[in-house]
Amino acid sequence: MKDKLVRNAAGREVVTEINGNPAVPYLGVGKFKPEGRKAAPPIPTCADYPADGNKVLSDLKTALEKAGLRDGMTISTHHHFRNGDLVANRIFDAAAELGVKDLRWFPSASFPCHEPMIRHLDSGVIHHIEGSMNGPLGDYASSGKMRGLGVLRSHGGRYQAVQDGEVHIDIAVIAAPTSDPFGNCNGVNGPSACGGLGFALADSQYADKVIVVTDNLVPFPCVPWQIMGNNVDSVVVTEKIGDPEKIVSGTTNITKSPDRLLIAELTARFVEAAGILQDGFSFQAGAGGTALSFALFLRDMMRAKNIKARFVRGGSTQYLVDMLNEGLTDYILDGQTFDLAGVRSMRDNPHHIHTNPFVSYNYHNKGNIASMVDVVVLGATEVDVHFNANVVTHSDGRLLHGIGGWQNCLFSKCTILPIPTFRDRIPVIVDEVTTLCGPGELIDVIVTERGIAINPLRQDLIDRTKNSGLPIRSIEALKDEIESICGGAPDKPRFRDNAIAAIKWVDGTVIDIVRQLE
Amino acid sequence: MNMKAEAGRSGKSVRSDCRVAITLRESGGIDLQLTSKVESLYGNSIRTLAAEVLAKFEIEHAEVIIEDSGALPYTITARIEAAVKRLRPEESRDFLLPYREGLRQSTARDRFRRSRLYLPGNDPKLAINAGIHRPDGVILDLEDSVAPPEKDAARILVRNTLREVDFYGAERMVRINQLPLGLADLDAIIPQEPNLLLIPKVETAAQVVEVVDRIESLRASFGIEAPIHLMPIIESAKGAIHAYEIASAHSSVVALAIGLEDYTADIGAERTLEGKESLWMRGAVLNAAHAAGVQAIDTVYSDVNDMEGLLASVREAKSLGFNGKGCIHPRQIPVVHEGFAPEAKEIEKAKKIVLAFDEAQRQGLGVVSLGSKMIDPPVVKRALHTIDLALRSGILNEGWKEETNEG
Repeated sequence: MKDKLVRNAAGREVVTEINGNPAVPYLGVGKFKPEGRKAAPPIPTCADYPADGNKVLSDLKTALEKAGLRDGMTISTHHHFRNGDLVANRIFDAAAELGVKDLRWFPSASFPCHEPMIRHLDSGVIHHIEGSMNGPLGDYASSGKMRGLGVLRSHGGRYQAVQDGEVHIDIAVIAAPTSDPFGNCNGVNGPSACGGLGFALADSQYADKVIVVTDNLVPFPCVPWQIMGNNVDSVVVTEKIGDPEKIVSGTTNITKSPDRLLIAELTARFVEAAGILQDGFSFQAGAGGTALSFALFLRDMMRAKNIKARFVRGGSTQYLVDMLNEGLTDYILDGQTFDLAGVRSMRDNPHHIHTNPFVSYNYHNKGNIASMVDVVVLGATEVDVHFNANVVTHSDGRLLHGIGGWQNCLFSKCTILPIPTFRDRIPVIVDEVTTLCGPGELIDVIVTERGIAINPLRQDLIDRTKNSGLPIRSIEALKDEIESICGGAPDKPRFRDNAIAAIKWVDGTVIDIVRQLE
Repeated sequence: MNMKAEAGRSGKSVRSDCRVAITLRESGGIDLQLTSKVESLYGNSIRTLAAEVLAKFEIEHAEVIIEDSGALPYTITARIEAAVKRLRPEESRDFLLPYREGLRQSTARDRFRRSRLYLPGNDPKLAINAGIHRPDGVILDLEDSVAPPEKDAARILVRNTLREVDFYGAERMVRINQLPLGLADLDAIIPQEPNLLLIPKVETAAQVVEVVDRIESLRASFGIEAPIHLMPIIESAKGAIHAYEIASAHSSVVALAIGLEDYTADIGAERTLEGKESLWMRGAVLNAAHAAGVQAIDTVYSDVNDMEGLLASVREAKSLGFNGKGCIHPRQIPVVHEGFAPEAKEIEKAKKIVLAFDEAQRQGLGVVSLGSKMIDPPVVKRALHTIDLALRSGILNEGWKEETNEG
């Protein structure tokens, strides 16, 4: 069947209907005004829950049955266990045993460990996935095998979709490293400790039924209660819910690649030259190799100039924790922890704050943290000459990554993408991105090993860095040089007409679609 | 004639290279089997290019397997050419892509040679981005980093690299093999106009003359006007004794470099971190270089993780009178430049002398004076050099004269 397409405000052809529901095409940054009231779960009563607070059920299958699992429901999970998640697969194994079909899986992200879901997609237990798809699941979707349309949302966009009633969660399953029998739970304690549980917040607040699954039951009260038991229907205690070595790494290594180190160093020098590095400033840098090295170069500059940040946004790692302990920042505001040092610090240091997509990213809110951050450093698979960027597909059109917090972070006062100009002969700076994830008007600076390009909309940054001695060039000049090195512009990937996934903007509108590969 | 040959590398850990295997056949045309991680983006372009190379060498019937790991066009053509030449050792034609514009730039005899980055000649991956780290020079190495069976393939790849890769103003150097093999390297390399050749294990002035003779005859037949400088490497007891003769063997010698691994083996000593065993040799080469009016270049610092040790080693080399240091990792380059940068008081003194020199020029005076003191021309020259070095090290702004006058 051919999808009905319209051209949105970014000039991309997008679907107007997603899995039977109408969808609004992207209208521009800040243009879509939501109306109406937020969604709400049914009103519960204490009369239906044990007065002693003990909600423990014997196993996951029983809990799912008791939650009323049936065909066509939406089941949500969180991805705080990353590639070490042992719970999500078990939910759909149980659903298969119960003979349930056509479920929508609504994870906050999927990982290669979820490859077994392909079996459930093939057999009809799962109808489609709405959440990041990469690795084997990305290939499965890219080849057009999934029955429904995949939907990719940012972390903030996922919260927004649940809050606005765009996605109704029937059953939320929250894997929790530590819980009490009432369902109060957290991610900082227990053998599967992962740090926070913020990605499951919306699920706990808006789902009809909430099941907590833990391998570390403690007597009431479980503190801190990152998820409140008052929202939880039942608690299931099982063996091992996660593989600790894949949840957090023992150590986080900075990149050894000299080219990436150079890009990270140039990024830090740009931040300094642009006058951003001032007492009380704030920054966000992920745990990727280049972003992490950027943070270390910045740290050295902060030490040398005796500058202190007011807050740093995590994903946290040992390196950010060291900065906090050294007094280089007052706070870490942390959405997810990437290593054991981060988990311990979140548990023990009151200045290491657990955040969630509601406070950090939700666009249908009375403001959020993302726009208050002075500078954010993000990755991208492609950037075009209009500074539009792609994070979800590879240049050959395959689904590669989820959006994560990426779209939400673009609202920072200065958004910098440190990227190599090409990877293995594949140009990263192109005429037009394969998939549009972030509009160019929000992307301020591209830092590459062959020069720095500043968005012409940011005349202030251009002026401030004019005499910095930094290699500032036009993005077109960078693109031309790269095409010349790579042996001409690459061929465009060949797609069929039908869409396999929709890419949502932070406000729930459709910014682009991903088509099936030829 | 061989029926089957291959060149290049493929595999999970390989990047920017490709493996080409050609099997000649009696009939059936060209059967090109390409696997590439950039298939959907550059597959067609690779097939067209491969067909062009095979046509050039008049290969009409063959199975050609290309396993590509994102190789750039000049690497793909180099690997096909190397495979063809392994099939036909008598093949004398070359497949050359157009020489990229702006790459051929001659360099001055006395330019800065603080940092020279070694690049293994048969591995394309490291050369592509070498220039972005802004070394004073890059060395495409045909000698120790290339295994003996790969010397032919490396020669073709280095030849193409000189024509295709922009090193952003770094001096383009090639380390040839020890003589006599090194003489054959010259035939492939000299027509591409490198700026400088490093000659390993030089022990006598006659060896330098031998290289010069071959270069001159190649320059004449290819009509090359740009100078091609020489940097003999002294790495034996005998070489150290003859250092002055070697440095003065010909006007194209611009520097002497030292190699300590071979030297310490030659004298039967253990190479140590503090390097007492090579103290005399380094001094001897250093003195010979300066006596002959050429630069003295110190050996490499081999612990790439120890930046503090590197900086100390560079400062020691500078204090002894060395002008440069070899680098084996790009991150060593900024540290080497920092180590060779002039100190603040040196710069202040040089500034005064240069301003006085400008003033004398403006007034048409033949003599430069600072206060009541006359400044000799060599002192002026040294001051200009210090300022140049400070500018290049990024510790002095281009506009320093205005700033000084305003201040």
